Amino acid sequence: MRFASLQVVLLVLLLVLAASPAQIRAAQGQDTPARPVETVQVVEETEIDRQVRELAAKLRCPVCQGLSLQDSPSELAQEMRAVIRARLEAGDTHDEVLEYFVGRYAEWILLEPKAEGFNLAVYVLPILAGLGGAAFLLVAGRRWLAAARPARSQTDAPDEADPDLVAWEDLVQR
Amino acid sequence: MNWRRSMIGLVISVPVIALLAYGMTQDPSAIASPLPGRAAPEFELAIMDSPDDVSLEELRGQVVVLNFWASWCYECRVEHGDLSAAASYYEGRGVRFFGVLYNDTPVNGRRWIAMMGGQSYPTLLDNGSRTAIDYGLYGAPETFVIDQTGNVIHKQIGAITFTRLRELIDPLLAAGTTE
Repeated sequence: MRFASLQVVLLVLLLVLAASPAQIRAAQGQDTPARPVETVQVVEETEIDRQVRELAAKLRCPVCQGLSLQDSPSELAQEMRAVIRARLEAGDTHDEVLEYFVGRYAEWILLEPKAEGFNLAVYVLPILAGLGGAAFLLVAGRRWLAAARPARSQTDAPDEADPDLVAWEDLVQR
Repeated sequence: MNWRRSMIGLVISVPVIALLAYGMTQDPSAIASPLPGRAAPEFELAIMDSPDDVSLEELRGQVVVLNFWASWCYECRVEHGDLSAAASYYEGRGVRFFGVLYNDTPVNGRRWIAMMGGQSYPTLLDNGSRTAIDYGLYGAPETFVIDQTGNVIHKQIGAITFTRLRELIDPLLAAGTTE
């Protein structure tokens, strides 16, 4: 008798545990999730948006560490993007917009420095370093190969005093 | 052969080390402004707690000290006493001091001024930080000294002192270009 009632309790427990949250919600008449449905509004990028994005990606955020105006969430960056937009809408060319910021913040504001004067070092030095490294590898590689050849030919000579090795080499050659 | 290798190593490494050593002596936050020596960007800004505006154009003939500050800026507290003292010292002598509230709200600005025991010069409101951008601001505080003809004489990044202000302003007054 006691065993039968225990079985009933276990069965009820199993049924409760087996009921999934979705089933419970369905039983309560809440088929939809509790969270509000998020609607994503797709805003089409206009030509001016594209130009602002392009220019903002070329300018450094003054209050950030190595971020462009485009990538920065700072308030100043937002205001600077608004300045870019206003100047483009007023008829400025891309170069004029960049010149405006260079005139206020110096060339530091450009993420890619102009390829002139001392700035040329930024463009030329990596190429020279790459060529120098390639030349070094070429010369050093040849020397290493040249040094390795006679050593290998010495070790490759069959050791006639070792009959086992000669037998193995014969086997490999066959 | 070893001597030649050592020389090549030195020729390559010494300029690189010298360049890095030079870089270590520079303050990365001290970026030279292109503004000193050039005409100061025009502005017309509302005066906080006043119905009036002020423009740079109407200040021609006077030395203008423009100090960008914010209530969240520590160094602004450091320089506040010196700026207030200098503004009082030069009052009526052809020098006008203005604070420009940068990236902050007037409510915070008023509270800060009260906390600092007052300010002897007016604060201007720069909505949208347009004037700050026109002046190439990196942060706060930054102070610009503009001469009587409207040219930027000096840009100070960080706190400015009374002594430094006198060094900058006195020669301008002595030059007698005040109208």
